[in-house]
Amino acid sequence: MTANLRSESLGVGDSAAAGPHVGVLALQGDFREHAHVLTRLGAHVSLVRRPEELDAVDGLVIPGGESSVMDKLSRTFGLAEPLQAAIADGLPVYGTCAGLIMLADTVLDAIAGQQSLGGLDVVVRRNAFGSQNQSFETDLDIPALGEEPMHAVFIRGPVVESVGAAATPLAALADGRVVAVEQGNLLGTSFHPEITGEYRFHEYFLGKVRARTASAVE
Amino acid sequence: MTESSMPAPAATSLTGSSRVKRGLAEMLKGGVIMDVVTPEQARIAEDAGAVAVMALERVPADIRAQGGVARMSDPDLIEAIIAEVSIPVMAKARIGHFVEAQVLQALDVDYIDESEVLSPADYVNHIDKWAFNTPFVCGATNLGEALRRINEGAAMIRSKGEAGTGDVSEATKHIRKITSEINQLKSMTRDELYVAAKDLQAPYDLVLEIAETGKLPVVLFTAGGVATPADAAMMMQLGADGVFVGSGIFKSGNPEARAAAVVKATTFYDDPSVIADVSRGLGEAMVGINVGDLAAPHRLAERGW
Repeated sequence: MTANLRSESLGVGDSAAAGPHVGVLALQGDFREHAHVLTRLGAHVSLVRRPEELDAVDGLVIPGGESSVMDKLSRTFGLAEPLQAAIADGLPVYGTCAGLIMLADTVLDAIAGQQSLGGLDVVVRRNAFGSQNQSFETDLDIPALGEEPMHAVFIRGPVVESVGAAATPLAALADGRVVAVEQGNLLGTSFHPEITGEYRFHEYFLGKVRARTASAVE
Repeated sequence: MTESSMPAPAATSLTGSSRVKRGLAEMLKGGVIMDVVTPEQARIAEDAGAVAVMALERVPADIRAQGGVARMSDPDLIEAIIAEVSIPVMAKARIGHFVEAQVLQALDVDYIDESEVLSPADYVNHIDKWAFNTPFVCGATNLGEALRRINEGAAMIRSKGEAGTGDVSEATKHIRKITSEINQLKSMTRDELYVAAKDLQAPYDLVLEIAETGKLPVVLFTAGGVATPADAAMMMQLGADGVFVGSGIFKSGNPEARAAAVVKATTFYDDPSVIADVSRGLGEAMVGINVGDLAAPHRLAERGW
């Protein structure tokens, strides 16, 4: 019963005919915050925990949370391989924090045996800033998303230590460390726009989703 | 290629804000936080899929069995556990013991639990949690208690349950109590909310916020007596954002398997077939104590005011 109430509060199913259908990986983490933002932006949102739930979506968000837990659960419940196939097939995917780690080709300071889905040609370091005492909020310049600086919250966040030839950095801290990257239909940020009321990254991501569904229709 | 080894973020950055403190709890949602008393147990917890560990010297079941004054853990133990795992590490300070909390902050733990499981250090005041950079989680048995803790700066709430018993009935009672009191506020008019704030012994502004949003402004986990995958799933179905498992894992017959099973049941809390699958062959659950058999002075949930 409670589970149904929660689905309603996400607005899941409210706008089935309207916007693009976007999934949010809901194995662990702040997936409801992403679902809320995407719903506000007019997307039809559903939560993805099983391989068959992935089939229906035109785009996917991998939320913040604990990357080692998402990795384990995605492999245990048979999601990792279909996800990798979907990414290879061009599915638009946006990852925040743990989601960025999941999308990185190489992860440093991972736990023993931890894997990532890959797709982004980057090296990401987990917990790059240290403990929670070093978590912080700051303003970032993100030229690709307009002139106005973006307020960004980093929570035991990762950084992109090196950006490969296929990927493009979108934002960096004052010291030069890269914290947002893009590669084709993939997007990753070290920080959490979903908890600051910042919609620009999600809008940018939905643009990719719409462009891909439009080209599929043609 | 972009590389840098500078440790400090931008000069204009802000640490220890409410958003940063509450934000870590947001990232733990849908996850399981496990009590561990050694680095080896911390490793087992991380490998099983814990989102965080609670570092302590004795699990509540042993505190209960051994009696005496229970205090903050040895800094060596906490540091050894921090060194062992990369997931967040929490540690407990006694209620009102702000110096234990200062020590835990200096040890760089990720969350401080001002916990009724330890012996209280102050029977009147809780810690002023706004004074800290490190976020706090606090226990609550009802909405008023939760709001008083949030007013003092808690960035996360856990319903208390009755720790160290393996009896989930108090956890059920407390999460039901908190959610039903929230639901009552939602249906009240403005004038009724003034009285509700008085009855809850909570600040009016927070009471009004709950009435308008229909939820706590911080993440709400459940704790105290969770011992099986089905217990964890039940707490999630009752509206918890996640689960603390204390004695339930490492006081059971097969901690590795039970820990992993509780993690899976927490994610698939609304899917009985998954809960059935993960519940098979876990060996013995912790030997429990029925809360009804505990004399009132031994009930930890009654600590905190």
